[in-house]
Order: sequence, then C-alpha cells, then structure tokens
Amino acid sequence: MEKRTAAVSVRNVTKRFGPVLANDKVCLDVYRGEILALLGENGSGKTTLMNMLSGIYFPDEGEIFINGKPVSITSPKESFRLGIGMIHQHFKLVDVFTAAENIVLGLEEKLDMKTAIKKIQKICDDYGFDVDPKQKIYNMSVSQKQTIEIIKVLYRGADILILDEPTAVLTPQETDKLFAILSNMRNAGKAIIIITHKMHEVQAISDRVAVLRKGQYIGEVKTATTTAQELTDMMVGHSVSLNIERSEPVNPRPRIEVKNLTVKDEEGTVKLDNISFTANTGEILGIAGIAGSGQKELLEAIAGLQVVEPGSSIAYIEDDGTRDELIGKDPLAIQDMGVSLSFVPEDRLGMGLVGNMDLSDNMMLRTFRRGKSFFTDRKRPRKIAEDVVKDLEVSTPSLNTPVRRLSGGNVQKVLVGREITSAPKVLLTAYAVRGLDINSSYTIYNLINDQKKQGVAVVYVGEDLDVLIELCDWILVLCGGKVSGIISGRGADKQEIGLMMTRVGGLAPEQAMDVLRNQQIQEGGQDHE
Amino acid sequence: MNEKKREPLLHISKRPEMPWYYIWGVRIISVVLALLVCSVICVVMTGENPLSIYSTMIKGAFGSPRKTWVTFQDVAMLLIISLAVTPAFKMKFWNLGGEGQALMGCLASAACMILLRDVLPNWAIILCMIVASTLAGALWGLIPAVFKAKWNTNETLFTLMMNYVATQLVAYFCIFWESPKGSGKIGIINQSSEIGWLPVIGGQRYLLNILVVAVICVLMYLYLYYSKQGYEISVVGESQRTAQYVGIKVEKVIIRTMLISSGICGIAGMLLTAGTNHTLTTTLVDGRGFTAVMVSWLAKFNPLFMILTSLLLVFLDRGAGDISSKFGLNKSFSDILTGVILFFIIGSEFFITYKIHLRKRAAKEVQLHV
Repeated sequence: MEKRTAAVSVRNVTKRFGPVLANDKVCLDVYRGEILALLGENGSGKTTLMNMLSGIYFPDEGEIFINGKPVSITSPKESFRLGIGMIHQHFKLVDVFTAAENIVLGLEEKLDMKTAIKKIQKICDDYGFDVDPKQKIYNMSVSQKQTIEIIKVLYRGADILILDEPTAVLTPQETDKLFAILSNMRNAGKAIIIITHKMHEVQAISDRVAVLRKGQYIGEVKTATTTAQELTDMMVGHSVSLNIERSEPVNPRPRIEVKNLTVKDEEGTVKLDNISFTANTGEILGIAGIAGSGQKELLEAIAGLQVVEPGSSIAYIEDDGTRDELIGKDPLAIQDMGVSLSFVPEDRLGMGLVGNMDLSDNMMLRTFRRGKSFFTDRKRPRKIAEDVVKDLEVSTPSLNTPVRRLSGGNVQKVLVGREITSAPKVLLTAYAVRGLDINSSYTIYNLINDQKKQGVAVVYVGEDLDVLIELCDWILVLCGGKVSGIISGRGADKQEIGLMMTRVGGLAPEQAMDVLRNQQIQEGGQDHE
Repeated sequence: MNEKKREPLLHISKRPEMPWYYIWGVRIISVVLALLVCSVICVVMTGENPLSIYSTMIKGAFGSPRKTWVTFQDVAMLLIISLAVTPAFKMKFWNLGGEGQALMGCLASAACMILLRDVLPNWAIILCMIVASTLAGALWGLIPAVFKAKWNTNETLFTLMMNYVATQLVAYFCIFWESPKGSGKIGIINQSSEIGWLPVIGGQRYLLNILVVAVICVLMYLYLYYSKQGYEISVVGESQRTAQYVGIKVEKVIIRTMLISSGICGIAGMLLTAGTNHTLTTTLVDGRGFTAVMVSWLAKFNPLFMILTSLLLVFLDRGAGDISSKFGLNKSFSDILTGVILFFIIGSEFFITYKIHLRKRAAKEVQLHV
C-alpha cells in the first residue's frame, strides 16, 4: 500500500466497562476512497470502538488520529466537527417532521429551508439518493428513514462515515441500492466504515476487512483475497462449519391451523389481513417479511396475547385429531387446556424474561404456579437452571446473576432453554438469532432442529433470508399483513422472496418499491396453500 | 486543527458488582464523613462542641428507659407503614397514600370505640376495630388501584389526593364527635372505661404495638421473597409484558397487592388510635405515610433492612429534637443535620455503582507512524 495519511487512525485504544475489556489495544486505519468492513461477533467490541470515534465513549487508553493529527473526541459534537458521521442501528428522527426538517435539526446556523432543500437536493443528485425532502418521516419506509440518516451526516459535511449494521432492517433489493450509494460515496473520496456480520455483504461491498474478536484486533485482509470461510475463522477463532442441517420431515401432520386471522391494533389499523396457513408437526415453518409486516401480531395471536377480529380461527389439532380453538384464551387458559405451547418472543428481556431476576427465578416464570403451596418451589427451577446452563453452555458467573447482566447470546440461550424444557408441541420463535454471534446462532439452529426432529411444529420468524432458506421446510412471506405466498424452503430463491416481501404475490418487480405506501393492492395471489 | 490534545477532567464508568464488605465499607465511610461535616457546621454556626451535640442526640433518643420505649414505638409505627407501602412499590405502583390509608384506619377504630361502647363487650369491639380499620384502609387503596388497573390512571396523583379526602373526613368527624361539647376536638376516647383500648402487655404500653409490627415485618419478608404472590408482584413490577406473556393477570395482581398494602396501613392506624394515643386528630399519622417512602427506598424494599432505615430516621428526628431544646437552637438546625446525613447516605450509593476516573498526568505523545 502506498504511503497515504489515514483518514482515521486508531492506536492502542483500550476501553473497559467494569471488569469487561470491551476494546483491548485496538489499532485500525481507514483511508479515503475505501470501504472498510469491521467484522466481529457480538460483544467483540465493534460498536464500542465506533462509539469512541463518534464521541459517545471516551477511551481509557490509547490515541485516535484524524488525518494524521492526534485528537481527543470528547463529545458527539466534537466528532461532527472532525467530519465523522455515524449512522446508528436505531434511527433518531422526529416522526412528524419532514425529511428536510430532520436533516437541519440541531444545526446552529440560520434556518433557511429553501437553501437547505437545495443543498439536500444536490447531495441526493451527487450520490444517487432518491428522496423527497418534504416528505414526513412517518410516511417513510425503514430504508427511506435510513437514507435520511445518511443524508443528515453528509449535510453536516461528514467525510468519514460509520454505518452500524445498516442492512439488518433492509430487504435484499434495498441492500443493493444502499451498496450502490456507498460505492458512489467511496468514489467521491469518503472514508467509510461498515459494521456487519454478514459475510456475503462484506464480500459485496468492502475493500478491506478488519476483524475484532473479544475486544482484540485480530487483523485485516483485502476483501479480494479472502473467503467467507477464512473470515469466519478469524472472527470465531476456530474453524466452524457454515452449513445449517435440514432433515427431511418425518410424518408431518397438521398441528396449528390458522384460518381467516385478522388483527387490528388500537387505532384500528389492520395488522393482519385474513391470514390462513397450517403449521405441521416435525416441520419448520419460516415467516419472512419486512419488519412490522404483522409477524409479531401473528405469533402473539397464536400464543393468546393478541385480541383478534371476529371470524378468526386458530385451531390446535391434537395427535388424535381433536381440535381445540385457541382464540379467546389467554396464555394461562391455553396452558390449562394441556396445550404445550412455547414462545420465544422478540423482546427477550422485556417480555420473555425478567432482566433483574436471576437465572433460576426466570426458569420458574412459566411454572411457578404449580402445586398447592402458598410458597414457591425454588428447588426445581434451580435444577432446571443448572441443566440449561450445562446443556446449552450458557456462560454466566453464577445462577444468581440477574439475566440482564448476561450477553445477548446467553440471554437467548436461557430463554430458549426454558421454553424447550417444557417439552412443547408447538414452538414459536421470533428473531431467535437476532444479535447473536455465529456460535450462538448455530446453537439455536441446532436446538430448533432438535425440536423439529422430536415432532414439534416450529414457527420461525426470521429476518436473514439466507438462513430461512437453509433452515425452513416452508416459508410463508408476509407483506403488509397479508400472506404474499407460501413456498417450499428447498430451492427457494432469495430474490423472489425479496419481491414477495414488498408486493403481495411478488409480481411486477418494477413496482416493488412503492408498495409500502400502496398496500391496498387487491390483486395478487394469496392462494398458495 | 492545531488544538492541543485534551482529555476530560473526569469521566465516570460503571463498576462491576462489588462484594458486600466493599458496599458496607462505603456506607460506613459516608456516615463518618457526614458526621464530620455536621461537626464543622456545628462549630462554625453555633460554636458548640460537636461531641456534646452528638451525645445529646444519643441521649435524646436512648437517654432513659422511657425515651428508649418511645423511640422504639416511633420506629415500629414508621416501620409498619413502610412495610405496608413496600409491596405496592415492588410492583412499581407508587402508593403515596399511606398517610390517608392509615388515617382511615384511625377513623374506623375511633368510630368503633365511640359508637359500639355501649353495645358490645370489649373483646367484640376490639375485633370489630381490627376488621373495620383494615377495611377502611383497604378501601382507600382499592379506589386508586381499580382506576389504575382498569383505566391506567396515574396512581401517584390519585393516592396523594386521597390523603386530603381522608384528612377532611377526619376533621369532620372530630367535630361531629367532639368531647367536651364545643371544644372542636375529641380528646381521649373512653378515658375512664378504657373500652376499645388495646391491652397493655408486660406492663409496657408500647410493647404490644412493637410485637405486632415485628410479626408483620417477618411475614412481609416471607410474603415478598418466598410466596407465589410475592413472585407475581416482582414480575408485574419488572415488566407487565412479561407478566401477560406468562399468563399473570396484571389487573388482579395490582388490586390484590394494593388491598394488602392499604389494609396494613389501616392496621397501623388502629395501632395508633387504639393502641397508644386513644384519640383521633388529623395529624395522628404525623407524615409517616411520606417518610415511609424514604424508609422503603433506602432499604431497597427489603423488609428486614427497613428496621435499620426506620431506626435511623427516627433516631435522627428524636435526637435532633433534643438538641434544639438543650442548646436553645432552632428546630431547623437539627433538620439541617438530618439533611446532611441523609445526603451522604444516599450519595454513597453513587460510589457503589460508579467509579470516577480523574485525568492522568499528560501521557507522553505517541508518535504516529504511517
């Protein structure tokens, strides 16, 4: 590499949180006109490192250089001044403001919307954004909101951009669009850091890859000369197999039959529109869709947590063929009927577990009522907690540690562990591997596969289409609360699913992008059953 | 960019969980520091010897058997109301109505003593009193609880407002039952016959109250930490979503817990009226419903720690009263000392949770090699 001055240079930066060494003498260089992918499992310190660049944290040790000059980034404002712009995973936009208003918000200059809009238009033209500055945020899709966040930092003159897992919320088509824009920015001489743990994206977009593992800088490689397998091995520290097994379903029979399920929220907005499908024993039914397409309502309706519209039906079919209606029953009533239904919700600490309680107290959440005694039985949950910790290799200081202190992967293991201890007949999972590292993700895939082999009907709501295609027997695609189609997981095509996610039936790709605003499309197939 | 490299003067980071001896060490140091600061204030503002002020405080609280009994009675009364509000607090239901709920208990007991004195035998009156005061307190908690459970009203404001209603009700009945006529107050109820007075045991008029509160304290501990209902309270308090997810009926738990909470407040009111004071006034509960909030928080909602925190607050209050009379100081002066001590105790929690890093001497510049 020729001698250039790095746009950002991190030297021996260390950051501790209590006993946790989040970054341990990390070094990193980013040059102008290149995209650096920062790769690492969860908890490897990627976000911590980037937060130090954006002024949210201050390093305990080490130095940061911008354009070769030592700097001290004491606040987000200082970071802006140095030309660093970070696009966070969670957008920070005011819903009732327009795009342009959000972009100029907080700038200490005279407010002149006309010039601002002109300037925004110029940025859009330069890099190929497709944005209406006068559109309100609440009318925007997730990918449009992300675009606004990017324009926001460009407007402030950022020439070092950091994107924290930008593709987690995007469809494949939206991801392609984002990557095209990132390439334009690279060609315009910006320095770009993209945090991700999706291997194929690293290969699609980056010039170099830097890998962190457990807070340590492992090394960097040129993207062109590496492979997904090599990167994964660097990330995990040992060789892992990247294949998800998928066994053939054994003797599948209908277990949950959903018919004409319609759900409206408190404001009367239709969240699920006349959904019908069947989940079979010994099979995994994947649910794909853009975030907020009704996945949450669907699972909660089955679990008895969601008020549904009249005419909806969810039947639980027992081994001997008797049917029990689940609509109108709360989780306790479902449990009392003898229906063993497990649910791994999306919000692990806010719904599935109690963050401030320790492991064994969390184990008894479902079962503490058992027995006639006025007092709780603490021995059994403790035993279960011990078993879960041992079987699923949960890393925890002790059984008395509050679960919120565990890492994301371990929290999920505790939750999934508890849910499968009750030997369920139906297992509902929502984003079961979100935020988990590779090892933990594969542990969860294996657990789900074990349940499938034991004849459990599994419903797997996921966001990573590659995983859905590899893991599931069937994939149901939701689009704006409607069933866009149900296809076999074997031989499913990612692009096709992507189109189905944005348009009911997946027809007419040229229109796929307007769908979020025009969901009243009446035609299109809902009849794949 | 020609600026010098700056590091912030101090920054704060979270500590890992500390061992118990560290935590208690910090707390003890904070009390010692508080006493030192108080000494300086004493010397600067009054010229008195701080040691003699402290010894007066101790004497004020424990100087004679009588003073000691009164101190323990006060501890017991503060403790029982603190115990009462705690289950609601664990459920994150901010019951600020302990004052009014206890006052309703006082009112119900007084009503039994006055209305039933010629109707029922003494033991039956006491029985009625226990039931009536519990129900009266529970009613005062039930109303905000139902509104919270059904319509999600703000319980903090609601319970607070209920206090004023209770005070006005008591004021009305003080005049309604005034004795002697025209005095506008009730005086000692059944002074000669002692009908409806709780029995004096062991020759000590405060002993029964103290024992009752001790039993409630242990029961409350077991209830909160070992019972299924206590477990439900914790789950509802931490996350209502989780509670629904596991099939806990949140509305039912809110109402049940508030009935227990305010019912115990009612009993506290009965102990005040029938056990020790034998009268009814609007100030009988004496702000304990609010002090209880502090007792409960300082003890992190643990009933056993509440014995210590209520003792601390009562000790400061009673000791401070004696300083003001002995040294001819204003009562406000003792409030200043109490404030300083509480400030340090509450402030010490910061040092248990967080660590402060001061700026180190400018580290030598590391050269950038490119």
